Amino acid sequence: MSRALYLRHDRLGLGFLMVLCALGVLVPVLNLALPVTSSWHVPTYAMSLMGKYVCYALLAVALDLVWGFCGILSLGHGAFFALGGYAMGMYLMRQIGTRGVYGNPLLPDFMVFLNWKELPLTWFGFSSFGYAMLMVILLPGALAFVFGWFAFRSRVTGVYLSIITQAMTYAMMLAFFRNDMGFGGNNGLTDFKDILGFNIQAQGTRAGLFIASVVALAGCFLLARFMVHSAYGKVLIAIRDAESRSRFLGYRVENFKLLAFTVSASMAGLAGALYVPQIGIINPSEFAPGNSIEAVIWVAVGGRGTLVGAALGAVLVNFSKTWLTGAMPEIWLFALGALFIVVTLFLPKGLVGTASHSLKQWRERQTARPKDHTIGEAR
Amino acid sequence: MPSRILLPLVAMLALLASAIGMTASAGPADDAFAKLASDQFAQIEQGIVDLSAIGTPEAATVLEALSETKLFYAPDKSLVIRKSESQLVSPSGAILGEAPAGLKQVRINNRVRRALESALGSLTLISPDPAKRKAAAEAVFKARDPLALPLITQALSRESDAGVKDAMLRARAAIVLASSESANLDRINAVELLAEKGDQDVLALFSTVKATAPATVKQAIDTAINTIERRLALLSSVQNALYGLSLGSVLLLAAIGLAITFGVMGIINMAHGEMVMIGAYTTFMVQEVIRARYPALFDWSLLIALPLAFVTAGAVGLVLERSIIRFLYGRPLETLLATWGVSLMLQQAVRSMFGPTNREVGAPAFMSGSVDLFGLTITSGRLWIIVFSLVVFVVLSLVLRATSFGLKMRAVTQNRRMAAAMGIRTPWIDSLTFALGSGIAGIAGVALSQIDNVSPNLGQGYIIDSFMVVVFGGVGNLWGTLVAALTLGVANKFLEPLAGAVLGKIVVLVFIILFIQKRPRGLFALKGRAVEA
Repeated sequence: MSRALYLRHDRLGLGFLMVLCALGVLVPVLNLALPVTSSWHVPTYAMSLMGKYVCYALLAVALDLVWGFCGILSLGHGAFFALGGYAMGMYLMRQIGTRGVYGNPLLPDFMVFLNWKELPLTWFGFSSFGYAMLMVILLPGALAFVFGWFAFRSRVTGVYLSIITQAMTYAMMLAFFRNDMGFGGNNGLTDFKDILGFNIQAQGTRAGLFIASVVALAGCFLLARFMVHSAYGKVLIAIRDAESRSRFLGYRVENFKLLAFTVSASMAGLAGALYVPQIGIINPSEFAPGNSIEAVIWVAVGGRGTLVGAALGAVLVNFSKTWLTGAMPEIWLFALGALFIVVTLFLPKGLVGTASHSLKQWRERQTARPKDHTIGEAR
Repeated sequence: MPSRILLPLVAMLALLASAIGMTASAGPADDAFAKLASDQFAQIEQGIVDLSAIGTPEAATVLEALSETKLFYAPDKSLVIRKSESQLVSPSGAILGEAPAGLKQVRINNRVRRALESALGSLTLISPDPAKRKAAAEAVFKARDPLALPLITQALSRESDAGVKDAMLRARAAIVLASSESANLDRINAVELLAEKGDQDVLALFSTVKATAPATVKQAIDTAINTIERRLALLSSVQNALYGLSLGSVLLLAAIGLAITFGVMGIINMAHGEMVMIGAYTTFMVQEVIRARYPALFDWSLLIALPLAFVTAGAVGLVLERSIIRFLYGRPLETLLATWGVSLMLQQAVRSMFGPTNREVGAPAFMSGSVDLFGLTITSGRLWIIVFSLVVFVVLSLVLRATSFGLKMRAVTQNRRMAAAMGIRTPWIDSLTFALGSGIAGIAGVALSQIDNVSPNLGQGYIIDSFMVVVFGGVGNLWGTLVAALTLGVANKFLEPLAGAVLGKIVVLVFIILFIQKRPRGLFALKGRAVEA
């Protein structure tokens, strides 16, 4: 079977891509083409908000790739997300040029403030967009590769892996809080002006960023889908369900895991890179362990191992967050906490997983033909 | 500071002189008094210097009165001390009935004040209070005024308190060493004496003296500096080790409950930090009640809070286990997420009840202040926490090893089905074990309320560190937790001066991450066939 066939039969994935296409076209058009007075007009702030959700959805898809299909519960994906964000932030900082408060053509404001004389080596090349984008993909990927190489090779699995990924993002947070690191310390990077020569505040640029986020989500979704539906993905699922057995069957478990982990980290980095220009700031609190765990619950709500569900869960949870923190701020943490508990206790497959499961059962009853239960989400 | 000490010092020095029997005739004292009764600052200053040399009790009284701006003089140059609004006395203590006409205050400017302070300082050397004498001796050491040499020598001959005598010897040595008039041999002896208990002050003294000292003395000083520096380096290592132990015991307290729930039961309880927080807030509540109703009991507040915190946190843990965790056995990752949700809810609940700001938890009298250990100053709160964490550790080990509950717990840990077959109600043991771990966390909260801010975020700060300790130490082993906590604490403190606090912490985290790769089961892994999940 060719891959095209796969996609045609995957109604959920197809639907998801179509929704993405519609969003990517409609939202910018409704924002740019219609006058502000029109009731169909999408305000720019709403578009940026949606762009933020799309970035979160991308992070969720990345996380689902490792957690849903490989059983690696990473509590450190926020670190990859933030790393990508920092790489993008560094590019944007360099674009400010002489428009900073101190007007230094070479150094960002915070370095002038710290009385630094020259640009640290880590910032080399970030004035070029291409290099920055390369770093957005490579830096989180490299970190994940090194981290995963050590961890998977020595067979650190399960909760131990979760705990050390959490320690990793925590250590990164502490590191980025330091002024000496040269990434803006506590305040992080902000006050961006231009991206690729376009004013970052302009409506058109915002629309462009939104479209880029949607395209990135669609692309990464297709890539993740391709990965999990290929032969490689079958092994991945085997590892998730019975790691030792897969190893005994002769698969190099650590290599399979390492690839998924690295690709997933790069996707998370891309999400972070698209997130930063739309939000306008990146600071070390993005590394906070709580953020990474929150991302895990998006995936759990939508349904792990479904990809579409992960994206859906991210949007749902974050939409509720925006709404609740505005309407009843003191309720939000209760709601989020309850969500963690309810989902793990009553909805272990998540919304999409439960829905497709019930749908399958309903069809089976309709055809009244006894059939084997399929295990997991493998189709 | 030294000048404030010097002030009473000189006053007492005068007393000393008289007490020792220095013949203080009435004549010079009266002359000096007359000098004070003047509006010329230079005269007043001279009077003070004379008085400090005379050192009779009257001189001390007059000088003290002057320092409190209660000294006046009549037109006939007789001095009057205004003891209170209505009471006037003469320097000898005779009560004067009526205020003489034309009473003028003896004025003070900065120069006079300095002279006054140094005069009063040397007078304290014979104060009946040993602490004051010691302070005076230390002040003399700092000032190393050659004029104080005879006074301190006399004070030494009468001194009976060993500690004060030591301080005085050092003070005299400092004077001898600093003065270029003393004999070389005396100066070398002085160097040796000072080097015995040398600290930063002695080093400073040595380096100033060294520049002008003759060659032989210089050589002695150089050797002495070497010895002192070596000892100071050793001392700072000891200090690091002690601070590290203190940090380690905090880690131990925070982690030991987790060692039970995670180590023994395999449950990832992300709400563990919130159990600590509940313990801290229990302490706060207990203190509130005590402050409002029974203030006399305040010193006992922590002792009262301990069982309450254990019960409160334990009860929350029990409810948590019964209502959520027992449905998630065998699914550790889901447990992790669910308990994280619980931790968010507990935090928000506490925030809604007590507000987001820090709550004040006081320290009982026996825990405030500090202890001096071989020149190291350590707050007694820290020492108590070291002691307390070790007590908790020992009690917990005893519970696990020597009680029937501990036996059942270990049985369930090692072989659940066999334990069940022997009639142990394993679900019940699970609940109690979890409650025990949570209760211990509550107890830790009582201790941590003394050194940390009691806020809804209290627990968050400890959760990653506690997990690191348990994972580093090895799962299912309390000794591992002890060793890991203390090692990490000490390592952190030794890294701090090298790399700074934050970087030190990062280094430790990275080290643990790498360590787990090497020994995934921690320092003290349980031996035997562990079934891979």
